[in-house]
Amino acid sequence: MGKNSVSLRGKNILGLEYFSTDEIDLVLETAKEMKNIIHRDIKKVPTLRGKSIVNLFYEPSTRTRTSFELAGKYLGADVVNITASTSSIVKGETLRDTLLTVEAMGVDAIVMRHKAEGAAEYATKVVSPVIVNAGDGAHAHPSQGLLNLFTIMEHKGYLEGNKVAIIGDVLHSRVARSDIWGMRKMGMEVHLAGPKTLLPRFLAEEPGIFVHDRIEEAIEAADVINVLRIQLERQKSGLFPSTREYARIFGLNKKRLLLAKKDVLVLHPGPMNKGVEISPDVSYGDNSAIQEQVQNGVAIRMALLTLILTGGKNIETNA
Amino acid sequence: MKLMLKGGRVINPAKKFDDICDVLIEDGKIKSIGKDLQVKDIEIINAAGCIVTPGLIDMHVHFREPGQEAKEDFASGTRAAAAGGYTTVATMPNTKPVVDTSALVNSLKHRAAEVGIVHVEIIGALTKGQAGKEMAEVGDMTQAGAIAFSDDGHYVESAKVLLNGFDYLQTFDKIIIGHDEEISLVEDGVMNEGHHSAMLGMKGRPTVAEDIAVARDIMLAEYADAKVHIAHISSAKALDIVRQAKKRGVKVTAEVTPQHLTMTDECVDPTDTSTKVNPPLRSAKDTEAMLQGLKDGTIDAIVTDHSPHAEEEKDVEYRYAPSGFPGLETALGVLLTDLYHTGKIGLEEIIAKMTCGPAKIFGMDRGVIAEGKAADITIIDPELEWTVDETKFYTRGTHSPFDGKKLKGKAVMTIVDGKIVMQDGRIVS
Repeated sequence: MGKNSVSLRGKNILGLEYFSTDEIDLVLETAKEMKNIIHRDIKKVPTLRGKSIVNLFYEPSTRTRTSFELAGKYLGADVVNITASTSSIVKGETLRDTLLTVEAMGVDAIVMRHKAEGAAEYATKVVSPVIVNAGDGAHAHPSQGLLNLFTIMEHKGYLEGNKVAIIGDVLHSRVARSDIWGMRKMGMEVHLAGPKTLLPRFLAEEPGIFVHDRIEEAIEAADVINVLRIQLERQKSGLFPSTREYARIFGLNKKRLLLAKKDVLVLHPGPMNKGVEISPDVSYGDNSAIQEQVQNGVAIRMALLTLILTGGKNIETNA
Repeated sequence: MKLMLKGGRVINPAKKFDDICDVLIEDGKIKSIGKDLQVKDIEIINAAGCIVTPGLIDMHVHFREPGQEAKEDFASGTRAAAAGGYTTVATMPNTKPVVDTSALVNSLKHRAAEVGIVHVEIIGALTKGQAGKEMAEVGDMTQAGAIAFSDDGHYVESAKVLLNGFDYLQTFDKIIIGHDEEISLVEDGVMNEGHHSAMLGMKGRPTVAEDIAVARDIMLAEYADAKVHIAHISSAKALDIVRQAKKRGVKVTAEVTPQHLTMTDECVDPTDTSTKVNPPLRSAKDTEAMLQGLKDGTIDAIVTDHSPHAEEEKDVEYRYAPSGFPGLETALGVLLTDLYHTGKIGLEEIIAKMTCGPAKIFGMDRGVIAEGKAADITIIDPELEWTVDETKFYTRGTHSPFDGKKLKGKAVMTIVDGKIVMQDGRIVS
């Protein structure tokens, strides 16, 4: 299928496993245009005027929710946030009923964050608005996967052939899983590393994935390093002895960064535990694209919302 | 009341009998079995082309009574059983409250007699409240008629509590049924730990949790020289532990469910909670091992682990859904379709594991067609093609993973104590 015939109109964004490479390319190209809007003085275009989007968040989130909210608003859509603590969710309403309620209000898209894997896909079976998965448990975070690809593309100019090291808590990471799907599809070589307690057993069975229990092996000659967030409660459940030891053995620091290619790009989905999975000097260093990722996140989400709600034809980029 | 089952293929695994003949039923008992029996003024059931077997037995069902009747009760549960061809079921004690006293055993026996349409045996809890701490009054419950004891749904964490149970129950010659998953290894896992769970990001329940639990229970039973029955075995390694134990003479028996014989963790779809069961659906290697275990005699019985839940409880996010689905009305069809018609296992082997196999484990005088015995009989049309439609189930449970599946083979008549309770899929009592 030629790129011209690719369309994401009406497509639910559930995970990068459901994306073709042409579709990924389309999102990345559209995001490039969207990024220009963010840099304008007046960040408002009428592309999604008259459309309504609900951010339905069952988990705390700052950057993803704000990012989707601003993306919708820059494009002229009406955006409403529903968070678990301020809705009837705390009164025991089921996900089905909450979704039906939101649908009945006439929304065009629901952006959903939920701690249960498959929750966004479940929503597609319950209601008709387009569903955008903003993170479902440890399963997927497709917009994060796409913004990582976008950031790599901006810096490297191409995706295919880049060696990426994803280090840290792969077991609990939806970002890692979206990276695994997206990066492999785009021809990147994916290396996973971290303590074995945080690497899913059986993942090495998956083609195109290399698993290491020493992060140095993964980092060696890497073009990109994506450092995953370590949730501090993992230590309490016995998955590693202390944050001190984690930082010493599995943390990304300046010395370990030297093992990678000179122009290695350092990514982190945030929020960071500086001094644990990443040292402060690396996080703010020359190789870091962590702040850019946040801005690219807005551009990617603008691209996704535009493509699923309008198909992206005749994008009006003028205010 | 008299009834003649004419011209069916009688398969009676307990006696290794397999032949076309007639069965005469009189006053609830089997009067005679033979070729071309002639009796005047009698209701004749034409069983030609069908299989006539001892009534099917399912020693592992959850009828949710008392306390959770929105999921199931003895009226709906026994109707589901009859519809599936079962004449005897045994209910697990993980109800609300837990069946851990003789008063509750008695009351359930009365309920079964009052509203049930098949035989119901009651399995009592091994420990009070199934809390795994203090032994329940198992002697008293035995005298009230409890058939076996189990903390099913829970692993007995304390080895000492279980060893005490094995020792104490020897006085009453009753067996303990072990639900074997080591708790710290499964926590809040929702599916088998494997490649599929790794890719889905869903928390796994590893096979090793089952393996070490089965090994411990067997070692304790062996030490106490007691009988132990392993519930719903699903891991190939655990099965091999049972196999080795049997070889050295340990009094261990094991059961398996149709789902663990025919489905794998690759079937898990996070938007469809019907595949959420405990123990979880395992790998293809495990499923293959279960079939081997059935054939070589390591596995003694097939049970459904019929676990109905209310529709609204299952229609939620995968991780929040309770485990289990209603299996009574699909078990036979699934086994015949996926194992018999595919040539993986013989008809008589399947029937043995659903009749005389379980009867022997639990010391029940059932599971055989013989003159003078109670006329509990199931007639099966092995060629009947049908499609599972859970809206037509007698159970209150929903979310069957087999819903919509085309099956070949079905029970067409269920006879309990000489009385027809199900005919052509419809309850007639």
